[in-house]
Amino acid sequence: MAEAAKKPTGTAYQPSGVSPSRRAGRSYTIRLWSVRHSRFLEVLYNLFADLFLKLHPFWKAVGYSRAEKPVKFIERNVKGLLFDCRMCGQCALSSTGMSCPMNCPKQLRNGPCGGVRANGHCEVEPDMPCVWVQAWKGSQNMAKGDAILNVQKPVDQSLRETSAWLRVTALAAKAKEAPAQGKGAVK
Amino acid sequence: MMNDTHPHDPGLPLEPLPGHSSRGRLERILRRGEFAVTAELNPPDSANPEDVYERAAIFEGWVDGINAVDASGANCHMSSVGICALLTRMGYAPIMQISARDRNRIAIQGDVLGASAMGVQNILCLTGDGVQAGDQPGAKPVFDLDCMSMLETIRTMRDEGKFLSGRKLTTPPGVFLGAAINPFAPPYDFRPYRLGKKIAAGAQFVQSQYVFDIPMFKEYMKKVVDLGYAEKCFILAGVGPMASAKTAKWIRTNVPGIHIPDNIIKRLEGAENQKQEGKQICIDMINEVKEIEGVSGIHVMAYRQEEYVAEIVHESGVLKGRQPWKREVSRSEAIAAAHAADVHEGQLQNQQDLVKAAATHQS
Repeated sequence: MAEAAKKPTGTAYQPSGVSPSRRAGRSYTIRLWSVRHSRFLEVLYNLFADLFLKLHPFWKAVGYSRAEKPVKFIERNVKGLLFDCRMCGQCALSSTGMSCPMNCPKQLRNGPCGGVRANGHCEVEPDMPCVWVQAWKGSQNMAKGDAILNVQKPVDQSLRETSAWLRVTALAAKAKEAPAQGKGAVK
Repeated sequence: MMNDTHPHDPGLPLEPLPGHSSRGRLERILRRGEFAVTAELNPPDSANPEDVYERAAIFEGWVDGINAVDASGANCHMSSVGICALLTRMGYAPIMQISARDRNRIAIQGDVLGASAMGVQNILCLTGDGVQAGDQPGAKPVFDLDCMSMLETIRTMRDEGKFLSGRKLTTPPGVFLGAAINPFAPPYDFRPYRLGKKIAAGAQFVQSQYVFDIPMFKEYMKKVVDLGYAEKCFILAGVGPMASAKTAKWIRTNVPGIHIPDNIIKRLEGAENQKQEGKQICIDMINEVKEIEGVSGIHVMAYRQEEYVAEIVHESGVLKGRQPWKREVSRSEAIAAAHAADVHEGQLQNQQDLVKAAATHQS
């Protein structure tokens, strides 16, 4: 904790420039806009999730596996634009103030590390505002912002590059059907 | 020397006390309400066990836990598992740090079992600095779990006796679980809640980053106490001496996550003997933090100044009123001694006879 290798003294801690995400040279403008409008995006997502769930018979008819490819394409591009989504396949945006935690160089899913700079920027990528400082800001605006206090499970790497929208819909549909079926069984 | 293991069972240390999750000294001290002192061992860049023994001997007897750091600052050193193996062999009470940076969930769960089998009683879960901070920036950052999910995983192993996958353990690891906190980095108002999250995930004690900003730490602790977290978790405040104003400045700008206010730097700069002043500041910090509600102990990080830790702790007087600790001989030590006696006798080993005996189940 208390130690670091000998490095030339500078005015601020400079990590070695090997981070691949920094090299992508993305601007953070849209990502930050999404955090500022987290309340609006929360409402929008809820409407959208309801709509997706209503379409459950359709997804079922088409087959969730066949719907996967086109839905994933749309999801990747929409969330990629708004949140710099990394397609982890288990979206946590509703619990992270609409700031994607997979953009954290340490991919932390449960809050900021201890290395956040005094200006609120990332320890590893000095130009990038810390994903979790933004997440905390974003969660303050949201109706269910308290979800940021829940402990998130570790990322399941086997779900990478799959559609989180379809998975959430399928699970919600299953949960809705389960009690109904349960009643049927009792009769 | 304080022994951390059971006299009759090498795998399982001291008799368990009701409500305790480990059999270690640190948990006992904390639950007894005594002010705990832990220190950090400077990990050697060598394969010589004596380097570890020498560095641990400095803390002998009066430290309740020795942190075995896991490649701190992303710099390569002897591994924390290796250091713990050596320390438990000598009967010290290590706190094994595990950083999420270098190992995935498979390796971490295996290390936890191995550590517990060696007699490690305390495990501290860390996220770890980014690889870019250390001497091998080209390394692949793992970060498979984060500190929170690591805590939860180990707690599940201990309390429910199963791996993350659900597979059962025959003997769960009885460890006291720790984490780190840094109240001095943004987002400041989230930090107390983050401690709450760590407690929910399984943290039973936490060690803080260096405390140099007392007002800021007081504010954090007030919030933590108000939220009721101090009752659920033992909080050890991180302290340490700065060798000079120059070092302090260097650390402030080069080590991520360390906050040193200007008044501390000024105080160091103004002193005639900066090293002495650094020690005095550390003693002052200890005296300040021990009065803060919710603080259960101190964690002394004196990188390359380990020889002064005893002096600092002595002068601060935090061990006043301590119950003396009784040394216990562990059975693993007895087994090792008996084994060593055989070696000393210089008995000739005939492999052919030995394999024959083994094959026919003769002893």
